[in-house]
Amino acid sequence: MLLGKVFSKPEKGSIYWNLIIEEIYALGIGSLGITAIISLFMGAVITIQTAANIEGSWVPAYTVGYTTREAVIKEFSPTIIALILAGKVGSNIASKIGSMRVTEQIDALVIMGVNAPGYLIFPKIVAAVFINPFLVVISMFLGVGAGYLVSIYSGLLDPSEYIYGITYDFIPFSVTYALIKTVFFAFAITSIPAYHGYYTSGGALEVGKSSTEAVVYSSIVVLLINYILTQLLLI
Amino acid sequence: MIEIKNIEKSFGSNTVLKDISCVFEKGKTNLLIGASGSGKTTITKCIVGLHEVDKGAVLFSGENFSEMNQKQRKEIRKQIGFMFQGSALFDSMSVEENVKFPMVMFSKKTSKEMLDRVNYCLERVGMPNTNKLFPSELSGGMKKRVGIARAIAMNPKYLFCDEPNSGLDPQTSILIDDLINSITVEFDMTTIVVTHDMNSVLEIGDKVFFLYKGEKYWEGDRHDILKTENEELKNFIFASKFIQKLLNN
Ligand SMILES: Nc1ncnc2c1ncn2[C@@H]1O[C@H](COP(=O)(O)OP(=O)(O)OP(=O)(O)O)[C@@H](O)[C@H]1O
Ligand SMILES: [Mg+2]
Repeated sequence: MLLGKVFSKPEKGSIYWNLIIEEIYALGIGSLGITAIISLFMGAVITIQTAANIEGSWVPAYTVGYTTREAVIKEFSPTIIALILAGKVGSNIASKIGSMRVTEQIDALVIMGVNAPGYLIFPKIVAAVFINPFLVVISMFLGVGAGYLVSIYSGLLDPSEYIYGITYDFIPFSVTYALIKTVFFAFAITSIPAYHGYYTSGGALEVGKSSTEAVVYSSIVVLLINYILTQLLLI
Repeated sequence: MIEIKNIEKSFGSNTVLKDISCVFEKGKTNLLIGASGSGKTTITKCIVGLHEVDKGAVLFSGENFSEMNQKQRKEIRKQIGFMFQGSALFDSMSVEENVKFPMVMFSKKTSKEMLDRVNYCLERVGMPNTNKLFPSELSGGMKKRVGIARAIAMNPKYLFCDEPNSGLDPQTSILIDDLINSITVEFDMTTIVVTHDMNSVLEIGDKVFFLYKGEKYWEGDRHDILKTENEELKNFIFASKFIQKLLNN
């Protein structure tokens, strides 16, 4: 029902275009910092752990780079970033829309004849579905790059082995797979909080509650989607 | 003209409106008065469809709003200006953007024309040069007035004001009453104003409807109201010691 209204024909195209651009800034550029920090540490830790695990064994040294790349691209970048954004963007969306609901701002939109779900939710979903893949690609580069820095500065492994590892047996489909997941995640972590916000009733207390619920539910849905898509796409 | 016919509304087991029928005429300022909790806000929200009525019908210029589909309702709503009791300003937008919003969404005006209209409306509610302020920077009474400016921005055919002058000083209150009354006459609007304020009743009450515990107890104009025999209405009107004193003298 709500989704139907979200995607029904907009009143004035140009307004929606501007809103989408605004949301791309808010959701995308606003999340760049946290994405970068998480990706760097994630990549570094995976590299160190793998290197520590195989030290002194018969496993070839390039496995470190290979493992880091596979883990970062296929799993960590798309999923962890989605979970972090479910917290950051999700709570933001739910509390913003929720407080508009309890202060009658949504009623004000409805009375003016504005399609409120379309106006409030559609731009957020479109913006996230568009910008999150870029965030994830950046995250992939940073994650794998952080591993390289570790190889240079920690002395745990040879940087050239690492480089060989990250190019070894590279299947471009991994990236496609990660980006497909990202698009589904982006949809989930914007539409679920928007739904919770839109159907908030009561006061400030309920806004807090629906924001918490929104984060919990969208995180769970991200994990579920991850499981389902992994089965569908990789097997 | 707006007509409501036998409308009823309950929230759960709490029946808020009981079999209410009224005709709100065009070109007149129609007042809904009654004690707090008597159902005034609920009536206005039922009329514009923010609450669905349980029974009865709402007619805008003879057309049954209750039976319209979403698209037809939207067309009616574009002709409605609604000022909320709690102002409901968009808090992410400045005063100017708030007042401009309905025009941006629905009119074909140029930015210059919109700005002129915004300034005109803000002037009329006694708030010139506040364009760049945000709702969080306004007092309660100022928010109300911006709410009115936004409601009249599109020159609506139907104007609803929910307690436009509660919380305003007597002078600003009169300014707002005069504004509502004069645009109603000037643009032949159907205006419904919710109020507690006896001063407004006596100033601008072309037609007054008195609600008591969800029922319509009395209707008439401002000249009849002081002569009423209705006990509940008398209690309501003469609750003010000030008015009692005036009448005794
Ligand atoms: N959304 C709602 N859900 C449940 N009950 C409601 C709701 N809105 C109003 N009510 C109930 O309806 C009754 C009438 O409320 P309403 O807001 O219409 O009063 P009012 O006449 O506007 O009062 P006031 O002058 O204080 O604004 C109250 O008993 C209130 O508890
Ligand atoms: Mg009220």
